[in-house]
Amino acid sequence: MEPDVARPMFDTDELVINMGPQHPATHGVLRVVLKLDGEKVVDADVVIGYLHRGVEKLSENRDWTQIVLLTDRLDYVASAAANLAYVETVEKLLSLEVPRRARYIRTILAELQRLASHLVWLGSHAMDIGAVTVFLYCLRERELILDLFEEYCGARLTYNSMRIGGLPQDLPPNWDKKVLQFCDIQLEKLVEYETLLTHNRIWLERTKGIGVISAADAIAVGLCGPPLRGSGVVRDVRKDEPYAAYAEMEFDVPVGTNGDTYDRYLVRLEEIRQSVRIIRQALGGLPEGPVMAKVPRLIKPPAGETYHANESPKGEIGYFIASDGKSTSPYRLRVRPPSFCNLQALPQLVRGHLVADVIALIGTIDIVLGEVDR
Amino acid sequence: MADTENTDPAGEKPAAVPSQAPAPKPPAKTPAAAAAAKVEKAPPPPPGPPDQAAPADVSVPDCIQALQAALPGAVIQVSYWVGDWTVIVATPRLLDVAHYLRDAVGAKFDYCSDVTAVDWPTRAGERFDVVYCLYSTSLRHRLRVKTRVADGDSVASVSGVWAAANWLEREVWDMFGIRFAGHPDLRRILMPDEWQGHPQRKDYPLEGPGELILESPQEWLKLRQSFDEAEIE
Amino acid sequence: MIDLLVIPLIKIVIVLTGVLITVMYMVLLERKVQAWVQVRLGPMRVGPHGVLQPIADVLKLFVKEDITPVRADKVVFTLAPIIVLVPAIIAFAVIPFGDQVSIFGKPVPLHIADLNVGLLYIVAVASIGVYGIILGGWSSNSKYPLLGGLRASAQLISYEVAVTLTFVSVILASGSLSMVDIVTAQKANGVWFAFVQPLALFIYFVGALAETNRSPFDLPEAEQELVAGFHTEYSGMRFALFFLAEYANMIVVSAVATTLFFGGWLRPFPSVAFLHFLDVVPTWIWFVVKTFLVLYLFLWIRATLPRYRYDQLMRLGWKVLIPLAIANIIVTAAVKVALSD
Repeated sequence: MEPDVARPMFDTDELVINMGPQHPATHGVLRVVLKLDGEKVVDADVVIGYLHRGVEKLSENRDWTQIVLLTDRLDYVASAAANLAYVETVEKLLSLEVPRRARYIRTILAELQRLASHLVWLGSHAMDIGAVTVFLYCLRERELILDLFEEYCGARLTYNSMRIGGLPQDLPPNWDKKVLQFCDIQLEKLVEYETLLTHNRIWLERTKGIGVISAADAIAVGLCGPPLRGSGVVRDVRKDEPYAAYAEMEFDVPVGTNGDTYDRYLVRLEEIRQSVRIIRQALGGLPEGPVMAKVPRLIKPPAGETYHANESPKGEIGYFIASDGKSTSPYRLRVRPPSFCNLQALPQLVRGHLVADVIALIGTIDIVLGEVDR
Repeated sequence: MADTENTDPAGEKPAAVPSQAPAPKPPAKTPAAAAAAKVEKAPPPPPGPPDQAAPADVSVPDCIQALQAALPGAVIQVSYWVGDWTVIVATPRLLDVAHYLRDAVGAKFDYCSDVTAVDWPTRAGERFDVVYCLYSTSLRHRLRVKTRVADGDSVASVSGVWAAANWLEREVWDMFGIRFAGHPDLRRILMPDEWQGHPQRKDYPLEGPGELILESPQEWLKLRQSFDEAEIE
Repeated sequence: MIDLLVIPLIKIVIVLTGVLITVMYMVLLERKVQAWVQVRLGPMRVGPHGVLQPIADVLKLFVKEDITPVRADKVVFTLAPIIVLVPAIIAFAVIPFGDQVSIFGKPVPLHIADLNVGLLYIVAVASIGVYGIILGGWSSNSKYPLLGGLRASAQLISYEVAVTLTFVSVILASGSLSMVDIVTAQKANGVWFAFVQPLALFIYFVGALAETNRSPFDLPEAEQELVAGFHTEYSGMRFALFFLAEYANMIVVSAVATTLFFGGWLRPFPSVAFLHFLDVVPTWIWFVVKTFLVLYLFLWIRATLPRYRYDQLMRLGWKVLIPLAIANIIVTAAVKVALSD
């Protein structure tokens, strides 16, 4: 029997698979179209926008104070960070001096938020790689943070915890003691996660050398936050362009060396420690005084534009706001979403890796689709 | 039954609708209502940003002075407001400026934080401001670059200078309809590919054209299906 | 007549129901153990501490809609879960659950059949199951199941080699392929083969994890990667069959591990005379306890370890386990020859 030469026995075309928008590991409604050669990824196209709610457009039709609520819903895992960046941008437009106590409390809230966000990241990242238990351990500690936030502002997810000019209220009694207690618990439990992962052979094999990106490439493609630092770039908005009370805090900026998934993991773990350090300092030196500056009832910043960046747990979150000086809502509000900019690097990271690594890499850049799609 | 269902969500959730529903003619549906809402809410917008000149006691940073010297005529205006420096650049010279700012010794703006745009529909001539927020990871300073572009004109893409600008420029195209010449992959990014209109323009109604999905779902389905088939092919 | 037909039939019915109930409760046990490790409670609603949860689960799976995808190959799609489940259950035929007991004065051995090639039978039957997985993945006519099926075929075939090689060293030690003889050889030997063949036990256990698609080798159904792997398109009762098969397979490999390495139905330290009082416990209890301890290890590992990647799994199988298993056979044979001289 002659083999049929014209028709190859096996179809050797690349296989195109659609990862998402409904998939257990794409962290929301992310869709990645993968071109596979066997299990090797030849190319990837990221399709986003499934969660687009038009926050920027909506902001043009809302009061300056109402927009704080919209920022809650961007990065819903770290809404205090988005609140802070927004109110600071407006304060910059207003040239408003915020009371020192308010700046300290904002720092504490932002760092608690960073802990919560990093815990969710660590948990879901580990779960994507198959270590389900770490996820539940992380959420156990995050729950304590949510309790603290609930006690402070009444909400557990979308906090609306900042006001233009300060804070909605002063700290509840004994709150600071609970935070310090939590800090001790967090450091203690961090060891538990590390026992399960840091020196685990399988974890090392799954993360070392995966998704390596050099410092120059990381800067060029606009990575920010822990992924950028994982590549060895010392860049932290908290240090470089201090805001809130960070200028008065002492902390280190951890950086990686290899720019792989494992380094990004280590950077984030170290950031958890540094956050605890900042919280302890801020609580220790908490000044007395008001928590709200004198702000007019109707906020109308003078005409002008500004861009102001903060370090959210995901990276550099910035607001570009144009005010026309007449209306009670911004003329144009643009969010510089760190998740969006980090996600842009995904195709570059996954090329040449296996399907299983795609999951690890989506995890390592730490995206929240609410922020990517806005 | 169906009618009551239809009117409800359209009125209640203006934000949710435009993100899902494609429609052929965006402004035709509710321009009057949107305009009315805008008028009663705020006075008419100014024709453009103030772009305040730097006050006398603030000296222009060296990198801007060097830019003006190196590329004479490229910088139209230098502006300073609440601590931010902005250079307004002639659109044809944008790429030169971008290359200069990235590579020049005193500038080193190697990190493109953000690319966005602002719509000033009443401004004569050039309607849009395209804004580039730059940062230098080595010198740790910021600069904003602005360029003005008319509706229908295109701007040179800086995605060759900063790879980060790729998606950011796609978003500006998606939201404002500003074309970027030389962009490798200028597709819509947040809105569906078959979407008509550019939502962030000031004349685009806040409610969007979303009623099509509610008023004639058949038509909407047809549109969707034809698109889905095209994608499968 | 009674010896030939009735007693074996009764035994089959007992074993079958026993296995199915154990499988049902394995699922509960798994959820409970995972929950305890993960500082949760696990199922608590159906019955006290959720003890009736398996019944609710089964009822749910029975009444659920059973969907066959339009483009699936319907015959193969229906057949695949059966091909997976049947070998998993018939493997119990040769497992010796206990020593001979006498009922109404009649000696009854606590196994369905004592084949003289019992171990070979298990190897043969176990490798049929993989066909079901491949066919299930292929007949779904969908991409994720296909990838899952391909992963499963490569993984199961490579780890089967390692597992079978460990059997060889056990056979060398015991001198028989019969499961009953292997147990009695351990009694005669005075120690469990776990102490004689620790390396074989280790390789067998790792191989068994891979063979049953358990974490950290659960790649064919890696939820975070391939949605649900080969059974993505399955629902209702047919999905339940895959599920049953997975747990039945776990029990089979644990029972085999108990028989081969932990002395089967023997009490601990079978040769130590002053522990004779332990003999009041029926032999099959020892067997069940040991099997569940091995099963517990499966659950424990799942709660602890992340998942291997496909290429790392293959590397581990071919470059580490199989060479080790071969070396173990050679050493075992050499020692045996040296001792017999």
